[in-house]
Amino acid sequence: MVQKQWSWSINVALLLVGLLAASMLSLGVGEIPIRIGDIPHILSEKEGMEYSVLSYIRIPRTLLGLAIGGSLSLAGAILQGVYRNPLVEPYTLGISGGASLGITFAIVAGLHLINILFLPLAGFIGAFATIFLVYTLSLGKGGLSVNRMLLIGVMISFIASSLMMFLMSITTTDNINGIVFWMMGSLNESNSTMINVMTILSLVCLVISYLFVMPLNALRLGEEKAKHLGFNANSVIRILFIITSLLTGACIAVAGVIGFVGLVIPHIVRLWVGTDYRILLISSFLSGGIFLILCDVMARTIISPNELPIGVITGILGGVLFIVLLSNSRRKELRQYDD
Amino acid sequence: MLPFLDIQNLSCGYSSGFRVHDINLSLTEGSFAGIIGPNGSGKTTLFRGISGTLPLKEGRILLEGNDLAELSWKEKAQRLAIVSQFSESAELTVEEYVLMGRLPYRKQFQFFDKKEDVDIAHHYMHLTNTYRLRNKSMTELSGGERQMANIACALSQHPRLLLLDEPTSHLDITHQIRFMNLIQRLNEEMKLSVMMIVHDLSLAAEYCDFLLMMKNGTIFHKGEPEEVITYKHIESVYDTVVIVKTNPISGKPVVFPVSEQRLRNGKK
Repeated sequence: MVQKQWSWSINVALLLVGLLAASMLSLGVGEIPIRIGDIPHILSEKEGMEYSVLSYIRIPRTLLGLAIGGSLSLAGAILQGVYRNPLVEPYTLGISGGASLGITFAIVAGLHLINILFLPLAGFIGAFATIFLVYTLSLGKGGLSVNRMLLIGVMISFIASSLMMFLMSITTTDNINGIVFWMMGSLNESNSTMINVMTILSLVCLVISYLFVMPLNALRLGEEKAKHLGFNANSVIRILFIITSLLTGACIAVAGVIGFVGLVIPHIVRLWVGTDYRILLISSFLSGGIFLILCDVMARTIISPNELPIGVITGILGGVLFIVLLSNSRRKELRQYDD
Repeated sequence: MLPFLDIQNLSCGYSSGFRVHDINLSLTEGSFAGIIGPNGSGKTTLFRGISGTLPLKEGRILLEGNDLAELSWKEKAQRLAIVSQFSESAELTVEEYVLMGRLPYRKQFQFFDKKEDVDIAHHYMHLTNTYRLRNKSMTELSGGERQMANIACALSQHPRLLLLDEPTSHLDITHQIRFMNLIQRLNEEMKLSVMMIVHDLSLAAEYCDFLLMMKNGTIFHKGEPEEVITYKHIESVYDTVVIVKTNPISGKPVVFPVSEQRLRNGKK
């Protein structure tokens, strides 16, 4: 057991170092390059162009990368555990569909012209409405059915995307551009309150999720076994579903639809640290943050001074990384059988 | 004196309509009870009612005087351990798996495993001969090894009553007998009370000291193996012709099947 505590501590320390490195890179790279060694100096002077770039653009952006990447990945890790289905991610449950529909509606109705904050609000309301729908519709006679929840989530996604297409077909080209731009996701968020709220929310959810690590560990063996081991599996699943949904809804409202982080990062982390949720949750959170910060660095440098949608990078990078890791681990398994 | 386990007028079932009903049963401490009956007679449903995964429609279950319906999941898990017919195997090592049996005794904010818990888990891993597999993944185990790990996990819960749902049905005769011997030893040495669903009637007769024969969701007959395992009972419950003889060593009944062809052609 002592051995386990050591290896877990080393894991977390490595990830923290990784996070620091990624953050430094994210702070330094851009149209105006800033040397990492100069950062403390610039921040203490509190003036000049470089200070503005750091404090108004790069620091908030890096923080948001950590918060969004961490949240999505944390939500993915939890949901994959609760549903015991490796293909579940925060978006499978229809939450992104609902949020997208809310935002599309807001853009088509011109709400964003009144106040730009109506956009995230609409997104959040859309997400919340979906959660409510999925949840109440999956309450069958025998309580909450996990499979039913998944199916209803997927169906609501389809309905939402059809409605979205309908709205897009009756609106102006300008609005369509706005919708598409938003759907592709970006960490480019200028409202500092929103960034702060998102960061705090993600950390609070991380802490709350740790209250449920042992039930999550037991749920690895199925709902029934978790009950036999003394956990009220239904209420645990319910609480975790609501927490992760709210977290995902907030992420989408702030940064748009950034896919793949919540699906791929928990998988990769699991291959690395194992399935024990005590180490899996924190590792997923930190890895998700590192991954999204790095993706954002790429998104803004590849075709600089223009910016690529971050969803493009996360999808390609995440997918390729995952396939490589998966085929590697399979090769290792095969080798074991040879011996 | 209060019976150890007292099931009074139990009825429970599914929304589809199937239910077990009118179950009355009391067992003394240290019993080794077998539940037999054809597929679909409600054996597993009864177990799910006792374990609480299926809410009771009527009746109550008292374990050492405590009404199970009034206990929390955690309190129940400290008294009752279940080894299911189909155990899910996740990507975790045997040691991690067996340690999960200590979950009902964890404090709310306990993060790491206590040495005491690890020692208890190791003790039962030695007992079930799974300690040598401790760093293997559960997914790599054979059926017999996995069943032994399941028992180690269940025993780590320090249950008063152990429920086993067809634990031997996928095992070869070596593992079957080894498994039954282990349960018998636990039953004798630790005074652990056991309830077990068994398909093999001869095996049930040989090892159990009390049998419960079920048919269509209720008890058809209960009592000592010699009273329950008779060709008349078996023919009416299983709708199958069999011969029942006595095991010359243990004196317990043994069931022999008779093929259709043999029945037609008469005795040779």
